Amino acid sequence: MIGTPAIRKEGRAKVFGRSRYTDDKTFRCVLHGATVRSQVPRGILKAIRFGEGIPWKEFTIVTAQDIPGENRVAAIVPDQPFLVEVGTEIHHAEEPVLLLAHPDKFMLEKGRRAVSLEVEELPAVLDLGASVEAFKEINIVKGNVDAVWAHAAHVVEANYRTEAQEHLYIEPNGMLAIVAHGDHQDQVTVCGSLQCPYYVHKALTHLFNLPGDKVRIVQMETGGAFGGKEDYPSLIAGHAALLAWKCGKPVKLIYDREEDMAATTKRHPSRTRVKTAFDAEGHLLALDVDFTLDAGAYATLSSVVLSRGAIHAGGVYRCPNTRIHARAMATHTPPSGAFRGFGAPQSLFALERHMDVCAAKLGLDPAELRRKNFLKLGDTTATGQLLKEDLGLETLMDRTLQDIGYAEKRKAFAALNETDQTIKRGVGFSVFMHGCGFTGSGESYLASVAGVEGLADGRVAVLAASTEIGQGKDTVFSQIAAQALKIPMDMVDVAQPDTTVVPDSGPTVASRSTMVVGHLVEDAAYAFKQALLQQGFLTEPYTPEAFRDAVKRSHARLGAMKCYAQYHNPPHIVWDDKTYQGDAYPTYSWACYAAEVAVDTVTYEVKVQDFVANQEVGRVINPVLAAGQIEGGVAQGIGWALWENVEWKQGRMANNQMTNYIIPTSMDLPRIRVGFLENPHPAGPSGAKGLGELPMDGPAPAVLNALQNALGLLRLDEVPMTPERLMDRMEVARG
Amino acid sequence: MADKILLRLTVNGEPRVVEVFPMARLVDVIREDLKLTGTKEGCGEGECGACTVRLDGRIVNSCLIPAIQAQGSELITVEGLATGEDAHPLQTAFHHHNGAQCGFCTPGMLIAAEDLLRRCPHPDEAQVREGLSGNLCRCTGYVKIVDAVVAVGEGRTA
Repeated sequence: MIGTPAIRKEGRAKVFGRSRYTDDKTFRCVLHGATVRSQVPRGILKAIRFGEGIPWKEFTIVTAQDIPGENRVAAIVPDQPFLVEVGTEIHHAEEPVLLLAHPDKFMLEKGRRAVSLEVEELPAVLDLGASVEAFKEINIVKGNVDAVWAHAAHVVEANYRTEAQEHLYIEPNGMLAIVAHGDHQDQVTVCGSLQCPYYVHKALTHLFNLPGDKVRIVQMETGGAFGGKEDYPSLIAGHAALLAWKCGKPVKLIYDREEDMAATTKRHPSRTRVKTAFDAEGHLLALDVDFTLDAGAYATLSSVVLSRGAIHAGGVYRCPNTRIHARAMATHTPPSGAFRGFGAPQSLFALERHMDVCAAKLGLDPAELRRKNFLKLGDTTATGQLLKEDLGLETLMDRTLQDIGYAEKRKAFAALNETDQTIKRGVGFSVFMHGCGFTGSGESYLASVAGVEGLADGRVAVLAASTEIGQGKDTVFSQIAAQALKIPMDMVDVAQPDTTVVPDSGPTVASRSTMVVGHLVEDAAYAFKQALLQQGFLTEPYTPEAFRDAVKRSHARLGAMKCYAQYHNPPHIVWDDKTYQGDAYPTYSWACYAAEVAVDTVTYEVKVQDFVANQEVGRVINPVLAAGQIEGGVAQGIGWALWENVEWKQGRMANNQMTNYIIPTSMDLPRIRVGFLENPHPAGPSGAKGLGELPMDGPAPAVLNALQNALGLLRLDEVPMTPERLMDRMEVARG
Repeated sequence: MADKILLRLTVNGEPRVVEVFPMARLVDVIREDLKLTGTKEGCGEGECGACTVRLDGRIVNSCLIPAIQAQGSELITVEGLATGEDAHPLQTAFHHHNGAQCGFCTPGMLIAAEDLLRRCPHPDEAQVREGLSGNLCRCTGYVKIVDAVVAVGEGRTA
């Protein structure tokens, strides 16, 4: 079961077009909702005006004054209002100010356009470099870097930057809310496209000042998320519910693509300065990183994105002296948010680019420089985490270089590039890791729960709040439960995430669903089997038929039997939030990715010709689904490396359309060649580690390192390296 | 706004009549009036291909087609690919290859792939990549989708 390419559980419904996404669910009396936004990056909201010629009486209108509970949503700290109140400050240009609902979409849009805001504008900080206010600052210190510089054989310092990236899940955000007015308390139900049912649940209990059992959140089939449906859905769900609460009818609030791209979160832009010292042979002596993220207008998840970015800033290298200074800065742009990789792609881009810059300056092949400095069993990371597993980084690198034909290609391209003046070819790679699960004490605080329930027909259901967002969670959880219970997968159902049915197994983020929640599913399944055995319904050994019969009998006798498992931090994992020292993650997944590129020096177009993605993610539960995750992540990473550029204009995204925000098509990508090295780890079920975010970390530095190989030591310091940016760099280099 | 019209068309082989505004978008007619929610809207500007349907033998982005243009025409949506519970070979191949991840691009992708196989029954990888380049997928990196379509062209589904 585990280790086999089991076919996607909900796949048949998806290929038949029968899966029910949020906008597919409807009611005859449903109203459509719309959001009026602030439109200026900073100012005091003085008044809201309703234009003439609109039948306003037909509209349901909600302002901040209507909010029954707390007008604040907390990803971590409660600083973001659901709606900006008149008389208060607007912090970015996409802030929700007013909500409208109407039965007719066209009239609704007319109404939205007829609302105008009177705003006393204030000066706004729209550039990360100009911000002086930090939401969070982190210092990680090991040894003393300042004692090294003067004596080192080589000191290399450079700056790197990464820009915002839009998630561009193909299904835009949307929610459907129904509020039943009760005699004493209302009952709020929201169905929607989301990653984290219990985040939305918490936000709505505060918004309506209701106890938990009066708020019900149901995840509909979700058309991609990538972190983009982690925190913002709390706002949309709140908005839909406020409208439904006010008008007494179901309200659907579905964003169109332009609104989704402009208003919802993006990957944090970053600026990184990296300074390294090496001895004469190329051993790393000191690493000094200054890492800054643009958090946007509210704190949202930035402190934890920063934390992951800072911890990954040291990469996969042994270094006795390390200083990492990281800050998440406030600006007046829409808040940045979670996006696959969660800060690590930014800091790893800087470091893995820097390693190739250093290799060139030291006159070493990038592979040899890395080989001299890889972390090994028994080493400690920048946070002082002792590495207790055999990392096999050299094996990963060597296999990847062999797979892409690194040595031969470097040689052949050097000769070709001498003669071909138009097309320059190169091959490059990156080596990196991704911490599995929440950072530091995160999992202990969450204390997630998952369960297994016996059904009347003799099958079992997995109860978990983890959401299927395309990654294959339903299939993997079924495999894990089926293996533990020794039954076929079709005897395992996975309950739809509904806060009235499933326990809080935490958010579907941080590459944690398989490793952390999957482990709980496995434990709950063992407990369930044990309960059947102890109560005499089942005796070992048993057949699936005997199991089915046992569950049926237990159900008839005792009702639905449910067994739960809760996360407890293993005692050997120690973390100190104050000093940023200790075991930052229970374990890491490790990888080496290589890219081959061809650059047209006339058009500055870069074509990725070949891509190899090898990783060690513990035991692979489902090789086909796992490869699918890697391939998709690599595609997103290549997009970020070369094309996906957010154009800002007065603090707003100017190219908020698929027409001019360019993601890869099938023609823009090579076949992504995926390989897994297996090294089962006790942190996860049957030895599985996390893998969902890993593929976002490696492609950008690998592609730009390949560009360096093709073009020489240019200032290839930024992603996306669009043709315009590349032209700029090459023209500067030509003088 | 003009008055509603009676729109008569053949939908997945069955004659249907709906009363719609002439300039209503075909995607809305399909989803809201014909109640066929398999067809998805991803961008509303003809870029992503999630709303791809077959109209009179040609694939179109249904978000760009006014209803009146579909008057009297023959429409095939994802619901029309299977024969009852018997999946079209492309549906089986997508399912077996993990060509559908989140599934939102899948209906449009399947319609585009079916059209490709009509024009080019045995496509190689490059032909599939070109043939599906009007349909964006954000989950798969396209590898499994391409493999599924090439397999069907070779008479396989697995």
